[in-house]
Amino acid sequence: MEKTAIIGVGQTKQVRNNLKQNFAEMVYEATTAALNDAGLEIKDIDNVITVSNDFWDGRTISSMAVQDACGAYEKNVSTVEGDGTFGAYYALTRILSGSYKNTLVVAHSKGSESDTNLITNGMFEPIFTRPLGLDAITSSALQARAYMEEFGITEQDLALVSVKNHGNALKNPNAQIAKNITVDDVMKSRRLSDPLKLYDVSPITDGAAAMIISGESFLNKIKGGKAKPVYVKGTAFYSDAYDLGLRDLARSPALIAAAKKTYEMAGIKNPVKDIHLAEIYDAFSYMELMWYEGLGLCPEGKGAEFIKSGATQMTGSLPVNASGGVLSAHAVITAGLIRMIEACLQIRGDAGAHQIDKKIETAIAHGINGPCGQAHCVWALGAN
Amino acid sequence: MSDWRDNVELLVHKSKIKVPYAWSVGETGSRFLKGLRDDKKLVANKCPHTGQIFCPPKLNSPYTLEPITEWLELPGTGTVQSFTQRSYESLAAPADQPRIYALIRLDGCTQALPHLLGEVDYASVKIGMKVAAVFREERQGHILDIAYFRPAGEK
Repeated sequence: MEKTAIIGVGQTKQVRNNLKQNFAEMVYEATTAALNDAGLEIKDIDNVITVSNDFWDGRTISSMAVQDACGAYEKNVSTVEGDGTFGAYYALTRILSGSYKNTLVVAHSKGSESDTNLITNGMFEPIFTRPLGLDAITSSALQARAYMEEFGITEQDLALVSVKNHGNALKNPNAQIAKNITVDDVMKSRRLSDPLKLYDVSPITDGAAAMIISGESFLNKIKGGKAKPVYVKGTAFYSDAYDLGLRDLARSPALIAAAKKTYEMAGIKNPVKDIHLAEIYDAFSYMELMWYEGLGLCPEGKGAEFIKSGATQMTGSLPVNASGGVLSAHAVITAGLIRMIEACLQIRGDAGAHQIDKKIETAIAHGINGPCGQAHCVWALGAN
Repeated sequence: MSDWRDNVELLVHKSKIKVPYAWSVGETGSRFLKGLRDDKKLVANKCPHTGQIFCPPKLNSPYTLEPITEWLELPGTGTVQSFTQRSYESLAAPADQPRIYALIRLDGCTQALPHLLGEVDYASVKIGMKVAAVFREERQGHILDIAYFRPAGEK
């Protein structure tokens, strides 16, 4: 595969209700931050991928509404409706096609502007499933219970994820929910959809993010680029069945497949040893434990044991979600791109207060699409 | 130095999108909904290749893309595979609708159906619990012609 790299990244602060910026203005902030980070101007960008969701934005072809903001006029611009990791994948394939040198990827959503339960109810099949009123929280509660039942996981086990990630967020100025909490605090928080409680559930968030992915022909020419390039070592995505009833909700075959292919591309033979940091899509506490397993960081059913070992703490052998993760800020669509950005910053040594205190040569980032992690996209990124 | 941003009154434009839809159910799905409406029966279909039985039925196997032609009738009973109870108000469901959701492995079927549980105390709901469909008196060819599933064998 041609050598490709992420040469600039930008993100807005993730907040509950950003009244100062409309969504396009947030995209502008993220875009200019990524260009500044790369030391490029918009004229250096030869194509743009926008990532958005029409239901969240409340307009059709929501991508067209951010073109002023991301400098897409008179450029080839295309759109992904889904998580930002999938948008970045599309951006990468455009570079690999040989048709483009620098792709700008921008993602945004403002959860504050609509009704999250109605919007996430809208992801279900409208005739047989949507009338039940299922949404992201209730469907994930069904998955959480299926996972807990299958492997003997307790609510206290799930709470460990919330404690870790909300604590990590204290050092990330872009995170939204940052606090020191205990397992007891999580257990006593309001039960939203049993067994999931308030602190098991990611917040409603406004946020935007941007990234520039470049190919070899451009990388060879970079003079005075401000940021150190972070190289793409491998990436893949797979999807599981759409119907919840067709899936084994306690397992994630799509993630297993995506991780396997990514690791093969990246030459990762022993994930727990070869990966130095992971940023993964913990929209709900239980997901982080399930994704450990799907990503091959621990054996099936051993996610709780893995977090209890301390390995995934900031000071552990394989820190997971040093940024605070999605539990600490969940701008839908944007959150996976932020996982990639956080992995890049850790590799570069630019993560600031939440920089891991050891050399991060290889990191993985992960995003999901669809109910209960239907589709998974995995990225392996490296310093060289 | 004052910045004009220090004195901006931040306005919010309130609006609403409400668009009527008339989704075609299709031949296969219509046969299923008609079964609920006219016969109080759950009909399913079976993939000749893999033996998988789908309810609601599918035109084709999502795994092999083969058309599914063999139809069968399910008894309308099943087993709870997972469950939850929504504790918050939601615009996505009518206020009088049961708030207990379950994945129900239907007897005679190879997959689970997401639906509602009623006539049951939430604390007594367990994985593995046997349940049966309760049909509404007035039915219209809708998934909620099954009002909910209730614990089986306690009439």
